[in-house]
Amino acid sequence: MRGMSLIVQVMAGLLAGILFLYGGYIMLHGHLTPGGGFAGGVLIAAALILVSLAYGSVEQVERRRYILSSVFESLGGAFFLALALAGYFAADCFFRNTGVFYLGKPLQLVSGGLIPLANIAIGMKVGAGLFAIFLALGASRFVMKE
Amino acid sequence: MVELYILLGVMLAAALVASETKNLLAAAVALGMVGFSVAIMFILAQAPDLAIVQIVVETLTVVFFTAVILRTTEIDTTATGGLKIETAMFIAAFLAFGGLFLSLIIGVFRELPTFGQPLMRLATDYIQFGLERTGAANIVAAIILDFRGYDTLGEATVLFTAVVGVLTVMRFVSKKKPGGS
Amino acid sequence: MIPYIACVLLFLIGLYVVVSKRNLIKIVIGFCLIEYAVNLFFALVGFKKGALPPIITSADQVRLGVARNFVDPVPQALVLTAIVIGLSTTALMLSLALRLYEKHKTFDVSEFRKLKG
Repeated sequence: MRGMSLIVQVMAGLLAGILFLYGGYIMLHGHLTPGGGFAGGVLIAAALILVSLAYGSVEQVERRRYILSSVFESLGGAFFLALALAGYFAADCFFRNTGVFYLGKPLQLVSGGLIPLANIAIGMKVGAGLFAIFLALGASRFVMKE
Repeated sequence: MVELYILLGVMLAAALVASETKNLLAAAVALGMVGFSVAIMFILAQAPDLAIVQIVVETLTVVFFTAVILRTTEIDTTATGGLKIETAMFIAAFLAFGGLFLSLIIGVFRELPTFGQPLMRLATDYIQFGLERTGAANIVAAIILDFRGYDTLGEATVLFTAVVGVLTVMRFVSKKKPGGS
Repeated sequence: MIPYIACVLLFLIGLYVVVSKRNLIKIVIGFCLIEYAVNLFFALVGFKKGALPPIITSADQVRLGVARNFVDPVPQALVLTAIVIGLSTTALMLSLALRLYEKHKTFDVSEFRKLKG
């Protein structure tokens, strides 16, 4: 399946990298600045959707993307659950933060213990889940329809 | 707070357009207008976390609506030209219901703290001890991932269920006619 | 109180669309409107005049333990998850509408009932 016109493709290629970077930044700095796993994940899903809308794809590539995004979504969910269970096994309760994870100094990037890791897990889950929804709706196929 | 009132007016006007227009694409765009004015109001209400999420989510909502509408039809065939008597009666009944609802809910709003002065009984503790106990400077992140982690776990479950639901509903299509185009 | 009443009006418009329209896409739009109304209401309930967003930015605020004049973070935390859930449930409703269109070639809800009986 063909994508959109050359102008759109060039602009999407230029913008996609910046969008990925911004999504990763928002996700990793979720415990210091506004944002977090949800915002970062949705931004990464938006970047993926931008690329796949602009360039189009063939059936096999789309199927592979679909499987990969499902796998990443499950991985994110499992990672989040593992973080929660770590508190249960290492200390006394589910979602234990202090005493299990490294809290660090406040206002540093490596601080907060559980929270940046959980932000990464949620970002994976949300981004991959929304991209899987997009692929399942067949949204990249409407470019072909006249 | 003049901006807030202007945006509330814009939001209500866009919602009316979204409900009454005959073209479904125009309705989706009007829905996007509602969502973006809600995003700006989140900024005015000092909630930058919500504003970031709302802007991107609104964009994706419009993309999903556009994808579905372009694959199907964009004309709302159920919209009739003239105002039928049934429709008029329905609107009258709904206006009566809405008036009753508003008059009841204004009594509820009198019980709430006035706009701009929240109670913050629970939030005082979170703000005071959030940084010491979790190490996160963003209090909202501290709440959703530490103090109320169960909420987020439940949310992840709901998201997973919704994704599985979409994949289940749409899977038959790709099986029946592989390729699609 | 005026912003609260505007939220309720948006909720009523959404409810009107859900109850009265016969087009499936319009019904999904009505659900979206209801969702925005509830989200906005939550965010406005937590608003405090002259306060800052609930984010500690400087080390002075930490060291001195100054009175932190923040808006209420609890409704924001509740709404943050609800927005993303709203998008995924909207996508679920849209996919159901798409399947129904492929079966019946129409979005009209009353047609579905006729075709069944």
